[in-house]
Amino acid sequence: MIFDKLKDEVEKLLSRYPVKRSALLPLLYIAQREEGYVSEPAMKEIAMLLDLTPSQVYETVTFYSMYNLKPIGKYHIQVCRSLMCALVGSDNVVEWIHKKLEITPGQTSSDKNFTLSVVECLGSCGTGPMMQVNDDYYERLTEEKVGHILDELKQKGSSSMKSGPFMFPQLAK
Amino acid sequence: MAKYEKILFKNMEQPGYVGSLKEYEHLGGYQALRTVFAGMAPADIIETVKQSGLRGRGGAGFPTGVKWSFIPKDHPGPKYLCCNADESEPGTFKDRQLMERDPHQVLEGMAITCYTIGAETAYIYIRGEFWLGAQILERAIEDAKQAGYLGSDVLGSGKTINIYVHRGAGAYICGEETALLESLEGKRGKPRFKPPFPATHGLYQKPTVVNNVETLANIPHIMNRGAEWFAAIGEPPKGSGTRIFCLSGHVKRPGNYEVPMGVTFREMIYEVGGGMRSNTPLKAFIPGGASAPFLTPEHLDVKMDFESVAKAGSMLGSGGITVMEEGTNMVWAALRLMEFFYHESCGKCTPCREGSSWLVQTMQRIWRREGRTSDLDLLLDLCKSIEGRTVCAFGEAEVSPIVSTMRHWRSEYEELIREAEASRPNSKQEIPVLSQA
Repeated sequence: MIFDKLKDEVEKLLSRYPVKRSALLPLLYIAQREEGYVSEPAMKEIAMLLDLTPSQVYETVTFYSMYNLKPIGKYHIQVCRSLMCALVGSDNVVEWIHKKLEITPGQTSSDKNFTLSVVECLGSCGTGPMMQVNDDYYERLTEEKVGHILDELKQKGSSSMKSGPFMFPQLAK
Repeated sequence: MAKYEKILFKNMEQPGYVGSLKEYEHLGGYQALRTVFAGMAPADIIETVKQSGLRGRGGAGFPTGVKWSFIPKDHPGPKYLCCNADESEPGTFKDRQLMERDPHQVLEGMAITCYTIGAETAYIYIRGEFWLGAQILERAIEDAKQAGYLGSDVLGSGKTINIYVHRGAGAYICGEETALLESLEGKRGKPRFKPPFPATHGLYQKPTVVNNVETLANIPHIMNRGAEWFAAIGEPPKGSGTRIFCLSGHVKRPGNYEVPMGVTFREMIYEVGGGMRSNTPLKAFIPGGASAPFLTPEHLDVKMDFESVAKAGSMLGSGGITVMEEGTNMVWAALRLMEFFYHESCGKCTPCREGSSWLVQTMQRIWRREGRTSDLDLLLDLCKSIEGRTVCAFGEAEVSPIVSTMRHWRSEYEELIREAEASRPNSKQEIPVLSQA
C-alpha cells in the first residue's frame, strides 16, 4: 500500500478541499512519484481514500496526459512538437535524441534510463525548441546541449542546464 | 515607440530581484492589501476596477470589475476564487514568468479579490508541467501566511483567506474556465454548458470568480494608484493598461514584453522583437495564441487592442504572437495546429470530437500529396459544421487555422493537391487510404 506511510501528506491534501474528490489529481501525482507510474492497485487505493469507485478514478486518470499508466524509463523526455517549437526546429530535437539514444517517440532505451515522447505545447514557446525531462524544463536546445544534458543525467542523475525561474529575454548583465 | 512605464515587470526587472517577500515588501508590496483591509467597501473596489477599464488577460477580454459584480452579495455559504494559471494556449508563456519571478504580486491580487467577492478560499490552478512555478508559489504562500497577509487572521482583521496551489495534469481544455472547475473537482476536464455561469454556479456549484494570472497581478497596482491612472494607459477605452505579449517563431528576439495596449504589430515585431530572425520577409503571424486566426503583412499596422484586432478578422486572445517568415508552408503550419487541437479536443461535443479527427486526417493527406480537389470544400464544410456548434469556444478555435490560412493562402493548398493529382495515374478511381492521426 503506497499511502499507508504517507498519512500526513494525504491528510494535508484532503484538508485543502471541502469535497474529497478534488484531491484526486494530487493523489495520482503522489502515486506516480512513488511508483514511477500510476498502477491499478494505486488507483484502487485512491478510490478507497476518496470514497470513489475504481472506475471513477480510471475515468479521470485517462483524461490527463501527464499520468503514465505503464512503467517508463527513469528519465521521461518530452519534446514539444507544436507549431511554435516546430518553427524553430523541434523536429530536429527528436532526431538528435534518436541519434544519441537510438530511441524513437514512444520507446524506452534498453538500459531503461530514457523514455522519449513527443507532446503538444508545454508553454515555453519563446525559448524553443525545448523539452521537459521529468519535472524540469530545458530550453533553447541545440544538438550539443541535448547531448550534454543526456550525458549529465546518465552520469550524475541531474543536469546543470535545467531552467530556473523563468525570465526571457534575460536582463542585460 | 514612446517611452512608457512597466507595471507588472517593474519589480522583476530590478537587478538581483528574485521575488522574495522581503524584496516585494521593500518595493511597496502588500500596501494595496493593507489599504483594502483598512476598511474599503467591496462595492467601492469593484467600482474602481470597473473604472480602470481592466479587461481579462486570459483570452476573452471580459471586463474584470463587471465579472466580480456578478457574484451574489448576500449568498450564504462559501464563495471561491480560482486563479487560472493553466497557460495552455500555444504561443503564450507570460504567466509562467509572473508566477516564477514575482509570485507575491499574484498572491496580493488574489487576496484583494477574495476580500472583494467575500471568498475565504482560493485555488491557483496551474498547468501540471509548471512544476517549478508550483513550488515557488507554495513557498510564497507559506511566507505570506507567516507575515499575516494570508491565513486565518489576515492583517489582524479576523478574516480568513487561504490560497492553495492545484496542479493540472496536461489538458489544454482545462484553461477553459468551466473545464478548469470540473478538473479542480477531480473530474475529467470537460467544459460545462453555460448558463448557469460560474458567478452563480461555479466550483462545487458555489459562486466563483475565475481570473487569469496577469489580470490578478494588475489588481494591487490599480488599488495603489487609482482607476484613472490605469485607465489612461494604453488605448482607452478599447484596451487600458499594459499587456504582456509573448513573441515566438521566426523573430530575432523572442520573449515576454510588457507594452501599453494599442502599440501596433509592426512596432512589436520590428522594434521590440528586433525584426525577422534571418531578415527573410514576414509572411504571416498569429496575433493572440493558437486559437486566433492568422494575419498577413498587410495587418502589421493594426493596433494591439481587443477591438482593432477583432476588426482585422482575428483576436487579441492570450497575447501570444507567433511570427512566420517567407518560406513557411501555411498548410503545414495549419496542420501542426490542427494536430494540436485534435489531440486536445475533450470529446464532449460530437462536432468537435469527430470533426477534429476528420479535419486532421484530411489535412494530413493533403500534406502527404494525396489530397483531392474536393478536399478544399470538404475542409471548409467541416469547419462550418463545427464552428458555433460546441459547448465551449474550442470549436471556433480549432477551425481558425484552417479557415484563415485557406482565406489568405488558398493557392498553397491547391498547389499540394495539383502535385497529388499529377502523381496519381487515374485520379477517378484512386481513393487514398487514411492513416490514423
